[in-house]
Amino acid sequence: MADKESVTLIVFSGDLDKALSAFNIAIGAASMGMEVSMFFTFWGLNVIKRNEGSIRSKGIMRRMLNFMNRGGSKRLHLSKFHMLGMGTWMMKRLMKDVNSPQLEELIVMAKGMGVKFIACTTSMGIMGIGKEAFIPEVDSFAGVATYLAQARESKINLFI
Amino acid sequence: MKADETLDCIGLYCPMPIAHTANKLKELEKGQVLEVLADDEGIKEDMPAWCTVTGNELLGIEEEAGQYKVYVRKS
Repeated sequence: MADKESVTLIVFSGDLDKALSAFNIAIGAASMGMEVSMFFTFWGLNVIKRNEGSIRSKGIMRRMLNFMNRGGSKRLHLSKFHMLGMGTWMMKRLMKDVNSPQLEELIVMAKGMGVKFIACTTSMGIMGIGKEAFIPEVDSFAGVATYLAQARESKINLFI
Repeated sequence: MKADETLDCIGLYCPMPIAHTANKLKELEKGQVLEVLADDEGIKEDMPAWCTVTGNELLGIEEEAGQYKVYVRKS
């Protein structure tokens, strides 16, 4: 094969369904021998926040934001039919029913296949979230130049 | 068709069959044949696409009662 192809995914959304889709594409691309980078920004940071413990931040507004927008792969909602959690619970049940891996498993699998996770420092700054809020799988903390430098070398760039 | 190894992906949906195939093929030697069992119809289109991109050879797909046997030779 020629030079290794690469894929960059911007995960802007913190919706469960969109995150599942992003990870499916990432795993598929990695299976096809491509290098994959996932840039998590804005609500997408919720996908890679750790599920345990609380998120510390300074100031009343940021504390409120991080209380209401706690995040973590297990807390994400469907973009449709969340229905106070009932719809999301049902969708997870349906997925289990057909042996479809949950988001947590997809994250571990993607990481195992060499997918790179990058968290956006600007969003982290605005929201007042530190590095300790994230899962250890996150490779680096960076900004738009890092994304663009990789995106210009990639044939496939998606904004999710 | 004869295969050196068999990978059971029955009950798994996209992208798991190709992800497992990619992983399993790493264990095989060049020229060896992997048989992938699957029941997600998407495999009929996905495995040829996967082979085109990765450069492995698709030897054939057999279909029987909603189940698929896909043969891939490692290149």
